[in-house]
Amino acid sequence: MIDNLIINTVLIHLFTAITQLIFWRKTVTQRILSVAGCFFGLVSAIRLFYKVYNQGILTMNAANWDAPFGIVFVADLFSSTLVLLTAIAGISVSIFSATGIGRARMLYGYFPIFHFLMMGLNGAFLTGDIFNLYVWFEVIIISSFVLMTLGGRKAQLEGAVKYMAMNILASTFFLTGIGILYGLTGSLNMASLALEVPKISNQALINITAMFFLIGFGIKSAVFPLYFWLPSSYHTPPSAVAATFGGLLTKVGIYALFRVFTLIFTPDEFMKGTFIVLAVMTILTGAFGALIKDNIRRLFSYLIVCHIGFMIGGLGLYTTLAITGAIFYLIHDIMVKTNLFLIAGLIRQLRGSMHMGKLGGIYAAYPKISLLIAVVIFSLVGIPPLSGFWPKIYLFNASFASQQWFYVAAILIGSIVTLYVIAKFWAQVFWKDACDDEIIVDNFQNLSKFKKGLLVVPILLMASVSVYIGLNAEVIIQVSTRISNELMEKTPYIQAVLGT
Amino acid sequence: MRSSILQTASQYLLPILLLFSVFLLLRGHYYPGGGFVGGLVASIAFVLHSFANGTENTLKIVRYKPLSLIPIGLLIASLSMFMPVLLGLPVMTGLWFEEPIPVIGMIGSALFFDLGVYLVVIGVVLTILFTISQNTH
Repeated sequence: MIDNLIINTVLIHLFTAITQLIFWRKTVTQRILSVAGCFFGLVSAIRLFYKVYNQGILTMNAANWDAPFGIVFVADLFSSTLVLLTAIAGISVSIFSATGIGRARMLYGYFPIFHFLMMGLNGAFLTGDIFNLYVWFEVIIISSFVLMTLGGRKAQLEGAVKYMAMNILASTFFLTGIGILYGLTGSLNMASLALEVPKISNQALINITAMFFLIGFGIKSAVFPLYFWLPSSYHTPPSAVAATFGGLLTKVGIYALFRVFTLIFTPDEFMKGTFIVLAVMTILTGAFGALIKDNIRRLFSYLIVCHIGFMIGGLGLYTTLAITGAIFYLIHDIMVKTNLFLIAGLIRQLRGSMHMGKLGGIYAAYPKISLLIAVVIFSLVGIPPLSGFWPKIYLFNASFASQQWFYVAAILIGSIVTLYVIAKFWAQVFWKDACDDEIIVDNFQNLSKFKKGLLVVPILLMASVSVYIGLNAEVIIQVSTRISNELMEKTPYIQAVLGT
Repeated sequence: MRSSILQTASQYLLPILLLFSVFLLLRGHYYPGGGFVGGLVASIAFVLHSFANGTENTLKIVRYKPLSLIPIGLLIASLSMFMPVLLGLPVMTGLWFEEPIPVIGMIGSALFFDLGVYLVVIGVVLTILFTISQNTH
């Protein structure tokens, strides 16, 4: 079914960015346009999700070229859920940026680039063509390079060099994989690849190609052993930027892994084993890294790495139950991780520092904000009935069924370390008395009520989504079960795209 | 260093190169050429002029800031992409006028997309090169 609704979110962010370029250096107009653009993006994402949920997979052949030859955009439930989550995260970051980003950065085009990034994210989730996916990845990384270096502090440039080197390497691997796949099958359309790849007689070559995709997406989603660029670059840009990166960019890699390894390649025993080993190592290294960090944002960066492992493991188990758990975790993770970095930004506004040793006494000074933050970090840890709890049950169930004891142990260790680290974070930042010899720089107190609202409302918005995910887990489980059924049973997808 | 040979040559080359870039732009739908190459040739014309006469004098000819070409080009390209949506067709579908126009030939939405690319390329190249050359003097 041809429907232009699919591409709406992409177009909205494109036109927002262009309009903002026209209002170059008019920062107030840009802020209003950004929030408005994100709002319309959210509305159109909700409409898309609603339509896909009720009517099934939608497709659109760009430029009216038929499916295996032209570029096709496909919205199945997985894509449209992620588009919806991106829109929620996007509007929160956009509102937060209105005060959380310095004017100097806005003058050099923070907002247009942010919207190009959102456009790239939406495009990557919606495309049904593997080369087009590569192009969207390029849109994403070019925008993220600019966002990461904008401001030009030395630490930022240092982080950006690592980020850029690893991501360009990842793109090269991805592109090589596409090249080989195209050479073997003569097709770039994912649905037609799904039909062609099993027919190739030389399956060893297919497995090697799959490895190229695994390495490419693995670097992008910060999987062991190639995750080190993430903790050494995500603490450098402003928190609003880090929130977009931490919440969404690594998750695009996860999305691509799930898409490619369910639709195009079917993992054999060796591949599944590889995924499990990678997942266990990612969880453990991420967790141990988080134990020793003092800077809040470095700590959160390691937690991102740690929790990426949970999702990779779900893919490695490769049962419907495990993928349900992993998808639920993905939904929960996007909301919470974006929020964590916004919270880090808020803490910086409150106290002028991000080092846990120097911070303290926020609970005494701002009890309401602290309680709000507590809800978010409880969701992260997975205190029942909040959102982090439910997916873990599914992952446990699935891994017991497949008897993957190492993965069970890794999830346990990962969860306990997360709990410990977050407890330490809470005790140090909120309960401990502030050091006497440190000068507290409270920028927050002097802000007008409106600006305070702009900083707190996005956190409140995403926290309430997290609470909704936790308390209405039934709905989310329904959605994730449907997604995992769609991923495991690929004929409807192929039929919707190729029309046969 | 000012060279009178280069200055005289650039006086004649500027309009010729600009015409050539428009030729490349219009030719691009079926033959080698198109907005990107045309844009590069047009910006090279201005860069050559700035080598001969200095960046300030070239900026006087251009009149508008090259930076402002970027959003205009993007807008033209995006609108030509968006047009088919209003007619209920998928995004980026080529729309064509029925009758060919003398000299130019058939006109379709692809031409406007190319025109947008042309402007964006000129804007980007000139912004980058002029920023660098103004900072070095």
